Amino acid sequence: MSEQIEQAIAREYEAGFVSDIESDTFEPGLDEDVIRRISEMKQEPDWMLEWRLQAFRSWQKMAEPDWAKLGYEPIDYQTISYYSAPKSMKDRPKSLAEVDPELIRTYEKLGIPLHEQEMLAGVAVDVVFDSVSVVTTFREKLAESGVIFCPISEAIRKYPELVKKYLGTVVPRTDNFFAALNSAVFTDGSFVYIPKGVRCPMELSTYFRINELNTGQFERTLIIAEEGSHVSYLEGCTAPMRDENQLHAAVVELVALDDSEIKYSTVQNWYPGDENGVGGIFNFVTKRGVAEKNAKISWTQVETGSAITWKYPSCILRGDNSVGEFYSVALTRSRQQADTGTKMIHLGKNTTSTIISKGISAGNSSNTYRGLVKMGPNADGARNFTECDSLLIGDTCAAHTFPYIESANPTAIVEHEATTSTVSDDQLFLCQQRGLDIEKAISMIVNGFCKDVFKELPMEFAVEAGKLLEISLEGSVG
Amino acid sequence: MLSIKNLHASIEGKEILKGLNLNVKPGEVHAIMGPNGAGKSTLGYVLSGREEYEATSGKVEFEQRDLLELEVDERARAGLFLAFQYPVEIPGVSNMEFLKESVSAARKERGQEQLTAAEFLKAARAACEQVNLPVEFLRRGVNEGFSGGEKKRNEIMQMIMLEPTLCILDESDSGLDIDALKVVADGVNSQRDGKRSFIVITHYQRLLDFIQPDFVHILADGKIAKSGGPELAKEVEASGYAWLENHEEANA
Ligand SMILES: Nc1ncnc2c1ncn2[C@@H]1O[C@H](COP(=O)(O)OP(=O)(O)OP(=O)(O)O)[C@@H](O)[C@H]1O
Ligand SMILES: [Mg+2]
Repeated sequence: MSEQIEQAIAREYEAGFVSDIESDTFEPGLDEDVIRRISEMKQEPDWMLEWRLQAFRSWQKMAEPDWAKLGYEPIDYQTISYYSAPKSMKDRPKSLAEVDPELIRTYEKLGIPLHEQEMLAGVAVDVVFDSVSVVTTFREKLAESGVIFCPISEAIRKYPELVKKYLGTVVPRTDNFFAALNSAVFTDGSFVYIPKGVRCPMELSTYFRINELNTGQFERTLIIAEEGSHVSYLEGCTAPMRDENQLHAAVVELVALDDSEIKYSTVQNWYPGDENGVGGIFNFVTKRGVAEKNAKISWTQVETGSAITWKYPSCILRGDNSVGEFYSVALTRSRQQADTGTKMIHLGKNTTSTIISKGISAGNSSNTYRGLVKMGPNADGARNFTECDSLLIGDTCAAHTFPYIESANPTAIVEHEATTSTVSDDQLFLCQQRGLDIEKAISMIVNGFCKDVFKELPMEFAVEAGKLLEISLEGSVG
Repeated sequence: MLSIKNLHASIEGKEILKGLNLNVKPGEVHAIMGPNGAGKSTLGYVLSGREEYEATSGKVEFEQRDLLELEVDERARAGLFLAFQYPVEIPGVSNMEFLKESVSAARKERGQEQLTAAEFLKAARAACEQVNLPVEFLRRGVNEGFSGGEKKRNEIMQMIMLEPTLCILDESDSGLDIDALKVVADGVNSQRDGKRSFIVITHYQRLLDFIQPDFVHILADGKIAKSGGPELAKEVEASGYAWLENHEEANA
């Protein structure tokens, strides 16, 4: 049976094409000069350059973390190019009409139409191609309610006070090796600002695409929700099939002020490498949010891509009654390795957090959940509930669970449940006996397993996520 | 519609079916009885194509097709249905979703138009009612947390929805109270239309009071040891299987 399963889940990576776009790309290598040139390309103010240089100097003294359950060849940071932009972007297009048609075709191939009239109703999109944001849609409409949604490089020039006030406050420059690297060399990403009391009138979304060879992608996202505001944001990611590993080290910072709510969803489908583990994206990401009084931060992630995933979207529940949520589906197959989970840091009183993690492993992959729940001394009446389920497909994969609990408050309650199950031959036989082919059977069982997480995704994307999972599991793609 | 000739089958190299012959014509109901471990469930699995059960020799023809050449799902879509002795749970997949996919696969195979959502719901509700399962069961996970009897009724519900041509019921009466037994039997009887055929595996003659079989076979040691009419089931009920040994000795 397991051979049959292997066949059923061996698939082509659908987003694996390379776009033929002329680009300006830096020579590989990293030193202060490269950082100065990035800053110059972005026409940044001096304070930003200084901020980057300080991050770089710290990074040089830091060591790459090795505590995760991941095995890979050491990364040579001097062989990576730290900046690549499509040539036609020199003078940023003012409208879609000026965007390189090849770029538009790239996104159409990915199923992301950029023409506003063709877009999903009510979703504004920012598109980041290699190191630059190429287009952001619906900006005027958002501006009517005072919402700012733009590339972060633009925000640094246009809204320096906001950026200065919050950048690096949630994920400090020296937080960890990859965050420090990102702080030094980040090229683009999205900036979102929701004014006080405003409910963002549409879903915001960013699509990231790595195209250029030997190029790292270092995007930085900053979302600020003022008091009583509300926003739902989604990011999607893809990359071409390449034999070399490519580095992606992003930082996302969420600031949820009193009574606000930020919902952040990710559908991550970076190139995972081939069945022998050649190529694929190394995905080292730091995502964190701070929730003030009565605020809520909700992370939902569907992770199906990348050769290596190192990612722990976290919540610092600083304000009393603040709420943190983490809903995750991580699927690994072939030689993929994922070490992912969350940190819930309860500082305020009556803070609550929920963690639902669903790990699915197939092939020779390794899938690790790593989570920390920390109850601070002032977190009176705080509560956490964690459910951590692993599903194994076949018998050559591995699943691990590392839940860490630290409680400094006797009134805080931490609940943890964990299960491991397999897609059993009996289940597959039942499905097939009822006329379903094996691919359909597996995807149905896996979808059932993930149901609790999918229902947390914004409506438009729940379907997308289900399909992505199905494609990730299916033998062929139509 | 089904013809089994000299079927041998083994599991992990151990021979279980040892030259089994059986002919089922359209509309017939065949009951199969026999001692524990005789190979009754094995027969159901071999016919439906379960991987571990290997047909080593013999021939099985189903509606003019070589059944043993087909994959499990192809056999199912060709109209073969197996009601399981021990139905398995599929957590998180609702009965509704599961039925929708399987009914859609069956209809596609038969070249029928797909049901609209409303038509499907109506049919599913009616099927639930027929086997006396509350409609809420459509929303629950497949067999998830169902009682033994509910699982058996759920199998019959699926059978009604799928409209197969050959139904193999593996002890669909075991563990049922008398009311549930009648429900299951009624469900089966309602599907008897003169064309659909049934192989009913059971240990108890009482099921056959409700489902009148055309033939009763005793399966022992991997073969049909004796065939007859409904009276054979009564004989078994009265005197068990001890006579089988004598019978075999007499044959020897
Ligand atoms: N997967 C298996 N591996 C090894 N032996 C098996 C396996 N499945 C069945 N058997 C053996 O095959 C024989 C026939 O089993 P089967 O389940 O067909 O019997 P049965 O007639 O249905 O019995 P019951 O009346 O108890 O349901 C038994 O001896 C059983 O132990
Ligand atoms: Mg049996």
